[in-house]
Amino acid sequence: MEKTALLEMKGITKKFGTVLANDHIDLQLYPGEIHALLGENGSGKSTLMNILLGIYKPNFGDIFYKGEKGQIKTPKHAAELGIGMVHQHFALIPTLTVAENIFLSLDHCSFILDKKKMESKIREYSEQFSLQVDPGAKVWQLSVGEQQRVEIMKLLCRNSEILVLDEPSAVLTPQEAGEMFRTLRKMADHGKSVIFISHKMNEVVEHADRITVLKNGRVTDRMLAEEASIDRMTKAVVGERDIEKILIRSQIKTERLLLEANHLRVLNDKGLVALHDISFQLHAGEIFAIAGVAGSGQRELAEALAGLRKVASGKLSLKGKDITRKNIRERVTQGISFIPEDRLKMGLIPGMNMKENALLKEFRGFAYNKGGILQSKAIRSLTERHIAAHDIKHGGLDLPVSLMSGGNQQKLLIAREINGNPELIIAAYPVRGLDIGATASIHKTLLEQRERGACILLISEELDEIFEMSDRVAVLCGGKLMGIRNISETNYEEIGQMMSGESA
Amino acid sequence: MKKGTLRFEKKQTVSLRRKILNPVVFILLGFVFSSIFIIANGFQPIPVFAKMISYSLLNTKGLIGSINAALPLMFCGLSVAIAFKMNLNNIGAEGQFAMGAIFGGAFALYGPSLSAPLSSVVMFFLCALGGCLWALLAAALKAFWKVNETIVTLMLNYIALLFLDYLCYGPWMAPKQTTAMTVKIPESLFLPVINGTSSGLILAILVAVLLYLFLKYTAAGYQISVIKNSLSTAEYAGIPVKKFILIVLALSGALAGIAGFVQVTGIVHRVQAQLPGGSGYTGIVIAYLSQCNPLAIILVSVLFGALQNSSSVVQIMGVPSQIVTMLQGTLMISVIAGEFFNRYRIAFYKAERNDYTSERNDDNQEPKKRNDDNQESKKGAVQ
Repeated sequence: MEKTALLEMKGITKKFGTVLANDHIDLQLYPGEIHALLGENGSGKSTLMNILLGIYKPNFGDIFYKGEKGQIKTPKHAAELGIGMVHQHFALIPTLTVAENIFLSLDHCSFILDKKKMESKIREYSEQFSLQVDPGAKVWQLSVGEQQRVEIMKLLCRNSEILVLDEPSAVLTPQEAGEMFRTLRKMADHGKSVIFISHKMNEVVEHADRITVLKNGRVTDRMLAEEASIDRMTKAVVGERDIEKILIRSQIKTERLLLEANHLRVLNDKGLVALHDISFQLHAGEIFAIAGVAGSGQRELAEALAGLRKVASGKLSLKGKDITRKNIRERVTQGISFIPEDRLKMGLIPGMNMKENALLKEFRGFAYNKGGILQSKAIRSLTERHIAAHDIKHGGLDLPVSLMSGGNQQKLLIAREINGNPELIIAAYPVRGLDIGATASIHKTLLEQRERGACILLISEELDEIFEMSDRVAVLCGGKLMGIRNISETNYEEIGQMMSGESA
Repeated sequence: MKKGTLRFEKKQTVSLRRKILNPVVFILLGFVFSSIFIIANGFQPIPVFAKMISYSLLNTKGLIGSINAALPLMFCGLSVAIAFKMNLNNIGAEGQFAMGAIFGGAFALYGPSLSAPLSSVVMFFLCALGGCLWALLAAALKAFWKVNETIVTLMLNYIALLFLDYLCYGPWMAPKQTTAMTVKIPESLFLPVINGTSSGLILAILVAVLLYLFLKYTAAGYQISVIKNSLSTAEYAGIPVKKFILIVLALSGALAGIAGFVQVTGIVHRVQAQLPGGSGYTGIVIAYLSQCNPLAIILVSVLFGALQNSSSVVQIMGVPSQIVTMLQGTLMISVIAGEFFNRYRIAFYKAERNDYTSERNDDNQEPKKRNDDNQESKKGAVQ
């Protein structure tokens, strides 16, 4: 490929506060190529593309488009230049037809809409790129895959030369994804350039011409698809890490079986299968980690175990007793406790104060509720116990918890959740977004719970956290269980590959 | 962003002084605004307002009239407030009021005659039951099929009010009467009058205090508050949300039904067409202005009662009655508008001068954006 680059991004740097989201990133895009941006969540892929689209302005760095140095000021400016993006969230109006939605996206359209012309244009593109779209269909009637095709059609009708797609296969079935990539290939054959963001290594190798790997805001590797191997990409995505970590953990004391999941099948909010036939066993006194890229079924697994989501088929038993059909309240009384992933959405009540939040799991208990009347003294002392035990900083017991820092909110939540000495603690991303101090404190608390004999199901995206904390790790990929490993017998590379669905 | 921009921001806390001062200022503004209409009709505004206030609030007889006019408003306000404590919009207090009156009226007119206190108690519970059942229709639809309760309660109003009309123009109409009303209910059912004030006031205060204690100090009140603040956390805590929808709307309907009870037994002593007369809707405004505080509802209701009560005296001065209605509307709107400034502040952002500020703006957006991304990828389950 000795052509001149259509687009060149040089030394792009973007800071958010103290976080370097992009650190001197270079990227070249040639006409007629499919370019993949590979990396974990938060590696800076979306930031880079948002800069290309004019949504963010870089702190440093230059963008050369068709050989000319220029600034992309706004998304509209980007569109005029011929750069368009399909976001994960589609920007379509459900009650309008496909053709009407495409009219909306045009910068200049005549006062009287020429539907016939538009429909014939859509049909023409449909045929040219095998992009099946019915111009007269209402958007709400379309499947997600069809809506994505409408989004791509929008970019074609705007004569975009660079098409950016953010995780385009995330919402598609494998068949739909295959079709979508064939369309992208046809567009590349017609001289258009495509950038797609992905964290799936196999799809990147299969469909891209060139690959740029980002990690922590830096380019860690770039390669042609022919040169790529899973091994090389894993190294670039995950990084060389120090596997010898000092573990402040004792050996597992017991092998007592606590929870058994047999052939679990769970649906997501859209009614699609989120977990396929998952089986595993949890033992008292162990930390069992669930690894996987975001959206591999972790949330559905946590909610199914906690009793917030129906199990479509399969069986869950706790200490030999069937709990598959038990609701969350019954499971709480049997010793299952749940730390949800988004504490302000579920878990805490942001607008209510610390006492009211501390009370959430206890208000049925006799100590706090005598004949339906809440016992304010007991509630206050319960809250104060939590504050003292976990060193929670707060501005006053009567202030809403939304005013506390994330770390202190999480400490309060965890204090409440471990209060009744639960036997199983489901912790979904317990330290996500927290600073080092709060992270350490929460890890310590979880290890103490393990010492006490509780089992902790730790869901995490951070391999560092998993290797530091857990005894065993299970890897989810696309809702399937890729395998379970003892942490002492595995390494980052193996887990990274399993996360991308590469091994059995 | 080149120019400065204006933005509305939600306030975190509001001082008590501000809470009281704000409506006062806006009531004054409302008076100023109404003056325009009064002057345009050739009257002096200040004497009109002075007469309104002195008549309806500053003398015993007027005050009693205002309180009596406020009685149904109090119960309707409480009815709307309890529902709103769980984010349920019960705008059907009007219809529940009517159903309460119909249930109670049926007993009063055709029921067995019981001894004095017992018959009142039976009638009280029948009125509550009428409102309660009417609200439960909407509650069941909401709890089991997620039907929007706002629309259902509103639509049920028309049914209840027209049914009341049918009864009062038809089978229940008093013989030899030309107006749509029944005969008087037996005197044994009249609410006792103490110094001119209906004892319904005591009932209203009692109910308000009980409601206040219930919401503040009981486990049920706590659960209602959790549901209002975070539905998903409530489900996470195993709070039976559907059960609470049924309970709270039933309670809300019962309170509106009791408004029917006090209106029939305390004020008009019969059932008549258009008996609620808009109290159910005024109750929404009252609950809103009182921020659903049951004790504040009693006081605010008296002010609205005074507004209704003063209309007659203004008419005596020769001001057309339409102007009085307009006055009421203007005052109501200005108080509601004032409430907006209690809850929001207008913030002015200066034009940005350098990159540093734009950087800071991005700071605020980025964490949100990231969160969205995370949730998004979680939702779109990988197949």
